[in-house]
Amino acid sequence: MPDTMLSAATVGHIHRIADFDVMAVRREFPVLCRVLHEKPGRPGKPLVFLDSGASAQKPRVVIEAMVRCLEHSYANVHRGVHTLSQESTDLFEAARSKVARFLGADSADEIVFTRNATEAINLVASSFGRTFLEPGDEVVLTIMEHHANIVPWQLLQAERGIVIRVVPCDDRGVLDLDAYTDLLGPRTKLVAVSHCSNVLGTVNPVTEITGLAHARGIPVLIDGSQAVVHQSVNVRAIDADFYVFTGHKLYGPTGIGVLYGKAEMLRKMPPWQGGGDMIEAVSFAGTTFREPPARFEAGTPPIMEAIGLGAAIDWLDRFDREAISDHEQALLVRATAGLEALPGVRIIGTAPDKAAILSFTLDGVHPHDLGTLLDRAGVAIRVGRHCAEPLIERFEVGSTARASFALYNTLAEADALVAAVAAVREFFA
Amino acid sequence: MFDDLRDLYQEVILDHGKHPRNFRRPADANREAKGENPLCGDRLIVYLKLTPDGVVEDAAFLGRGCAISTASASLMTEVVRGCSRDQAKALFEHFHDLCTKDTCDHHDHEALAPEVVEKLQVLSGVREYPVRVKCATLPWHTLVAAMDGRDLTSTE
Repeated sequence: MPDTMLSAATVGHIHRIADFDVMAVRREFPVLCRVLHEKPGRPGKPLVFLDSGASAQKPRVVIEAMVRCLEHSYANVHRGVHTLSQESTDLFEAARSKVARFLGADSADEIVFTRNATEAINLVASSFGRTFLEPGDEVVLTIMEHHANIVPWQLLQAERGIVIRVVPCDDRGVLDLDAYTDLLGPRTKLVAVSHCSNVLGTVNPVTEITGLAHARGIPVLIDGSQAVVHQSVNVRAIDADFYVFTGHKLYGPTGIGVLYGKAEMLRKMPPWQGGGDMIEAVSFAGTTFREPPARFEAGTPPIMEAIGLGAAIDWLDRFDREAISDHEQALLVRATAGLEALPGVRIIGTAPDKAAILSFTLDGVHPHDLGTLLDRAGVAIRVGRHCAEPLIERFEVGSTARASFALYNTLAEADALVAAVAAVREFFA
Repeated sequence: MFDDLRDLYQEVILDHGKHPRNFRRPADANREAKGENPLCGDRLIVYLKLTPDGVVEDAAFLGRGCAISTASASLMTEVVRGCSRDQAKALFEHFHDLCTKDTCDHHDHEALAPEVVEKLQVLSGVREYPVRVKCATLPWHTLVAAMDGRDLTSTE
């Protein structure tokens, strides 16, 4: 971040951070009161939770929305004529509408509920992929994809003989858009790219990526699992054909994910799983299927989970998303500056446009040892390869430590991370 | 900040982690096996030179890993020298118990030399950290795979 200049923009920036009351936000997350490693005669360490990129903590309103449904309105959806079924159906479908509004979709019919983002990508690979991709057709991915956006395409590669092309990135973790443009060819049938890297934090220029693909008539799938947490997303502004994310990283529960698909895309895709709820009429002579999104939701869906996600979105709507982004950026800047000042620390991912995800290594200390030691200081981070092995190989590290920030983290916690890493350096010196 | 971690990261472990013994590839090794922990990306290769009757004459390793796995591999290459296959397996069994059970009675394995048992004892702190047990046992799994593997010097 540049040094403070008294421009109008900077003043506005400071003003918005002041508006965002992080201590009030923290009080809404019951788990953030935890103290770890308490022993008789010795105080414990307050939890410093910096692993929200793996899964975020839940505000009380999300927990209560799910409990309220279970205690008051729970029944199966889309089936019964009785009151509870109607109430559950209304809550479930209201959650779909909330997601549609959250993403800026044209209609709730463009929102398919899945188990998670992984399942949403598998749905597209299975339904769209098996229908429209022939042997030799190409899918363009990037080096910074999560395994969730690699392996489904490899399964299709094994089954269909499609070809996977990979867009490289530079040493900062910025995608090479010239290489990307060169990879788009007559056989390219889909581009599938993450909006924000779960390892590097790089925010990819998805509107430009989509524009370049569309100029050649190629549809684009965007994995927004990390991005939706850190910024407001409008799928129509991006002009995404498919956009997926998962609920549990967005302060919602596990077991619920979202596939947004443009209506014209979803309409031409066949079902990928068969069962109840997705059919019009079933007979042994032949079965007909419902229109999207029901066509892609076979069986009883994750009812409370969808309601929980809807509650998380309602809760996020109370905030100025720009203020959240500014707050998280301040955390990222503070932690980055602190870690960079420690000898032996290498930051992995230094793109100019970066979300509050901070991967790093420390010379002479393996990330697993680092993670175990930080935990003793109360600091929870992720260590390992982050389900992105090709990217980890690209940066020639065996694994990394990753601190990922959420709206409930404080500057004091960023400082606690830096202090704990400094102490680990001493421990292993 | 890390006082209670001294149970896990004892000086001996920090020393072996930073300066692993037998960290090399012996020219006359006749067995080797690769071990990998897909969770963290750690990998190592264990090299053995076995005598014709299967006794470990030399043991060494190369690879990358955390302090726990590196120290465990280093200590292993020291204690396994002179062991037959059965003795090495008994050692592994003992070591596994040490890493996973609260009470580990080495009298279960009476054939084990007390100085060897004592040497391995430094890794017993790992049992308080269940996710790290795999770090400590990976070298041993790899050792057994190397002993059970094909003789590399055979011309078949």
